[in-house]
Amino acid sequence: MIVAEPKPIAEVAGLIKAAKHVLVVGCGECVTVCQAGGEKEVEILASALRILWKIEGKDGTIGTQTIVRQCEPEYVVELAKKLKNADCVLSLGCGVGVQFIAEAYLDKWVVPGLNTKFAGGTVKAGIWEERCGFCGDCVLHLTGGICPIIRCSKSILNGPCGGSQEGHCEVNKEISCAWQLIYDRLKGLGKLDLLDVIQPAKNWQTSRDGGPRKFVKEEAMIE
Amino acid sequence: MTTQKPETAKAAEVAVGGGAANAAGATGLANVAGAPEFMPKIVAFCCYYCAYSAADLAGSLRLQYPPTIRVIEVPCSGKVDPVILLRAFEEGADGVYVAGCMEGDCHFLKGNFRAKKRVQAVKKILDQIGLGGQRLEMFNLSAAMGTRFAEIATDMTRRIEELGPSPIRPEALAARKAAAGAKEQGEVKTR
Repeated sequence: MIVAEPKPIAEVAGLIKAAKHVLVVGCGECVTVCQAGGEKEVEILASALRILWKIEGKDGTIGTQTIVRQCEPEYVVELAKKLKNADCVLSLGCGVGVQFIAEAYLDKWVVPGLNTKFAGGTVKAGIWEERCGFCGDCVLHLTGGICPIIRCSKSILNGPCGGSQEGHCEVNKEISCAWQLIYDRLKGLGKLDLLDVIQPAKNWQTSRDGGPRKFVKEEAMIE
Repeated sequence: MTTQKPETAKAAEVAVGGGAANAAGATGLANVAGAPEFMPKIVAFCCYYCAYSAADLAGSLRLQYPPTIRVIEVPCSGKVDPVILLRAFEEGADGVYVAGCMEGDCHFLKGNFRAKKRVQAVKKILDQIGLGGQRLEMFNLSAAMGTRFAEIATDMTRRIEELGPSPIRPEALAARKAAAGAKEQGEVKTR
C-alpha cells in the first residue's frame, strides 16, 4: 500500500487559509490502513480545524466525506454533491488521490493534507516500513524475496557493501542490512548459488526514464 | 461512505450544550470579588467499571464536588475516541477528562492504556490549534474511590478556572477582539 503521514495542522491551516467552505476528503484504501487519511483521521482533522477557525474568529464551514478510493474517477464523482457548496478540497488521500480530485473538479482549489511517503506495509501496529521502490523490473526472485533496491540503503545489486556490520547498515544501526537478510534467507533455502551470479548494472529505463509511466491492459478497456 | 455521529459524541454535545448545573457561584472556587463568574463546562468520560461507580459512591457518601462536571458513562475508557474528545471541545467544553480504571485493572485488559495514548495524542493536537493540551487529562481510579472522584472533579475545575474559558467561547472571542482593538488604537496613538 501507499504509506503517507499527516502534514502538521499549522501547515494544513495555512493551505486552506483563503478558503471559506472546505471539504475534507478521506480515502478508504491505503491511507485508511496506515491511519493517515481514513474516515477517522478526516473527522479528527476537520474537528481540529473547526476549533482553530473558531479560535481565530473565522467564518466558514468544514465538511467531511470519505470515499472508497480517491484514485478512481467513479468514486471521485461521489464528491460532487457536497462539493457544490465548497470552494476548497482538503484531500487526505495520497498524491494520486489529490490529483484525481483536482482533475475531476477543475473549478475547485484542491490541497493535500498528507505527505505521501512510500510503498510499504504494516510491520506491527502503528509501524509501517518501505518495501518497494517501483523500479519497474522486479528482481525479488534473485534475492529471496528481499528487495535490494529499496531495503539496501545504497540499492546495491551485488552486496553487501563494506559498511555492513553485524547485520546492520552503516547508514543507520536501526536498519537491517538487506544483503545480510538476503544471504541468511538464501542460505536457509539452500540457494546460495544465486549469489554466485554477478548482476549487471540495472536498466533504470523501466523506472523514471521517459516521464510518467503508463500501464495499458487492452482487454480491460470497455470503450 | 458517510460518517454517522457516534452515540457518545452526541452525548458529549448534549452535555456541553445542555442546561445541567448552570447555577452561578456553585463552585465558589474562582469567586473573585467584582469579576464576572466563570462557570467551567467540563465533560468527564467515565468508565462504567470504575469512575462511574466511584461517582455513585461519591453521591452515597454525600461528598461535595463542583457542579461543573458533565459525566458521560462509557463501557470502558478504551471506548473514548479522539474524535469524541475533540467534538466535546468543538461544542464549547472548557475542559475534558477521561477517567478509567487503575493501570492493570481494566475490565477489558488494555482499554485504559489505549485511552491514555489517545489522550496524549489529542493533547498534542490541542496544543497545535491553540486550545492547550492542559484542558484535557486522563485519570485512573477504582470504583471504591468516591473521595478521589470528588477530588479529581475539584482539581480539574480549579485547573480550568485558572486557564479561563475555552478560547472558542463567544465571551472569550469578544474579549480577544476588544483587546486587539485596544492594541490597534494604542498603536495609532503612538504614531
